[in-house]
Amino acid sequence: MELILSLGIGVLAGSGVWLLLRPRTFQVIIGLCLLSYAVNLFIFSTGGLRTGAAAILQRGEVGTLADYADPLPQALALTAIVISFATTALLLVVLLASRGLTGTDHVDGRERNR
Amino acid sequence: MNGWTDHLVIAPIVVPMLAGAAMILAGDRRRRLTVAIGSLSLLLIVALSILLLVQAQVPEVRIYRLGDWPTLFGIVLVADRLSALMLVLTGCLGLAAFVFSLARWHRAGVYFHPLFQFQLMGLNGAFLTGDLFNLFVFFEVMLAASYGMALHGSGVARVRAGLHYLTINLVASLLFLVGVSVVYGIGGTLNMADLAARIPLVAVEDRGLLEAGLAVMGVAFLIKAAMWPLGFWLPGTYAAAAAPAAAILSILSKVGIYAILRVWLLLFGPEAGASAGFGADWLLAGGLLTIGFGSIAVLATQDLPRLAGASVLVSSGTLLAAIGTGQVAVTAGALFYLTGSVLAIGALFLLIELAERSREVGADVLAVTREALGPGEDDGEGDAAEETGVAIPGILAILGLGFMACALLLAGLPPLSGFLAKFAILSPLLGTAPTPVATTTWLMMAALILSGLATLIAMVRAGIAVFWAPQAIRVPRVRVVELAPVLLLLALSGALTVGAGPALAYMQATAEALHAPGGYLRAVLGARTALPGGMP
Repeated sequence: MELILSLGIGVLAGSGVWLLLRPRTFQVIIGLCLLSYAVNLFIFSTGGLRTGAAAILQRGEVGTLADYADPLPQALALTAIVISFATTALLLVVLLASRGLTGTDHVDGRERNR
Repeated sequence: MNGWTDHLVIAPIVVPMLAGAAMILAGDRRRRLTVAIGSLSLLLIVALSILLLVQAQVPEVRIYRLGDWPTLFGIVLVADRLSALMLVLTGCLGLAAFVFSLARWHRAGVYFHPLFQFQLMGLNGAFLTGDLFNLFVFFEVMLAASYGMALHGSGVARVRAGLHYLTINLVASLLFLVGVSVVYGIGGTLNMADLAARIPLVAVEDRGLLEAGLAVMGVAFLIKAAMWPLGFWLPGTYAAAAAPAAAILSILSKVGIYAILRVWLLLFGPEAGASAGFGADWLLAGGLLTIGFGSIAVLATQDLPRLAGASVLVSSGTLLAAIGTGQVAVTAGALFYLTGSVLAIGALFLLIELAERSREVGADVLAVTREALGPGEDDGEGDAAEETGVAIPGILAILGLGFMACALLLAGLPPLSGFLAKFAILSPLLGTAPTPVATTTWLMMAALILSGLATLIAMVRAGIAVFWAPQAIRVPRVRVVELAPVLLLLALSGALTVGAGPALAYMQATAEALHAPGGYLRAVLGARTALPGGMP
């Protein structure tokens, strides 16, 4: 479980960083999305991982505080998802504006001289 | 929670939020109503923050628990001297930028005023919050509004710079989140005071991870503060932004400085055990490099808005280096410097826009070529005019004097507060130093003085090009609402110079409280009611 999750985060973050360093705005925006997925998973994982645990309570069991997953990382991930979603949408608008105004999708607004 | 005065702490966040919401409801077309709401809100914010500043003496730290939840479960706002100082600065700068925008900039695009209010809300929130995650949330509120402000007025240059600004700040936010979650994973809390109390107890094997998490978070702050090599985005973005937006953006870089001051001094103070002073060398070195880079940028630029952007870099570098020395008296000087530089840079951004109106398009390029090629053939014709002298119109004289004041403030020359600030930073460094003065102290001194020289050279050159040697003097049409905010900011700088004694005493008290955060911890944690069960 730990291995799968950390590999998942690593692959997402690695591809995100690679795409972020590319010269096209669309690649950058996808890179940012992948990075934010990686970060969200990472936040989620700080609450601790358990396999095969009941969602709320086992049948016939009296719940204790130790049985619950830590709710704070979930709240953090939720906030982070909303914020990164909104800012990515804004970035998309700026990307389109930049494409329209400069006529190129290069991040610097002009093609590199070859 | 007793009496309405307790709610004062949250008011600087609530007022702009309500004002912004009301403006959206009123609609962007009803300009007069929006402006009325905005003026009311800004006057309220200034009044409230001054009230908080006055009250910040007794008790030293005021806390506000939202919904009266026990401290560690609910959201805490903390107002101490540093917060109050930053709130007043934000309020004054906000008022100036708001009044300035009324002349014409607020018509350059939609929803300027609501965005402006949300910008103030984010800034005030970031200065008041007592836990790391809300710091992130208010950072985002502030940034989301600042994206709109940076792009206000649209145009190729703004969109191009805005794209970089957005991308870099999104990455910084992600780093902030990574840092926050590592800190939560190890420390088990996000409340800054609680975290500070827990840091000495962190197990040795976890300490490295915690420090790494905080370092990642620090990188996010340093991107805001534009430390070299994280600050290449800053001059371009600020230069491209509309004047009132640039003025308010200039305090955004100070939010990074504030966060460093608050979090770093709180968590890595002398009580932090093995982690005490973590990263001080990095701050000092980074600050010095930023000063160096900023000075080169100041010298290299011909264009006035970029010059102002580069001087933001110099002031960030100076602050970071001063904080990195980790001495109480130097921090006090740095706080004084911060106050002065916020006012001066804000005034400069507004002033530049007025001064640029007197120049023709492409005057920068002409100035450069004339400097490179020497005076051209138009010398002969100019003689007749030179004998009688060219009368400088009154408005240009006022602008020129304002520009001169900004130059003196930023370069740190007497008699204005810039000099006092640099003196307040350097004097304790030399005064308390052991007899062979450390190399870093010499470096710091050289950096501060040389950056002042670079700023002076660049400002004088720019001033001559704009005010004394224009190809054709065109008297700019400047309205009173545009001139008044510049004069207000400069008058505040003047007041800071005249009242330097009480101001420095306040900064000294602030710095002492920051370096010995016992009062802060007691105020926040002392309010903890008996907790049911054990905390994780």
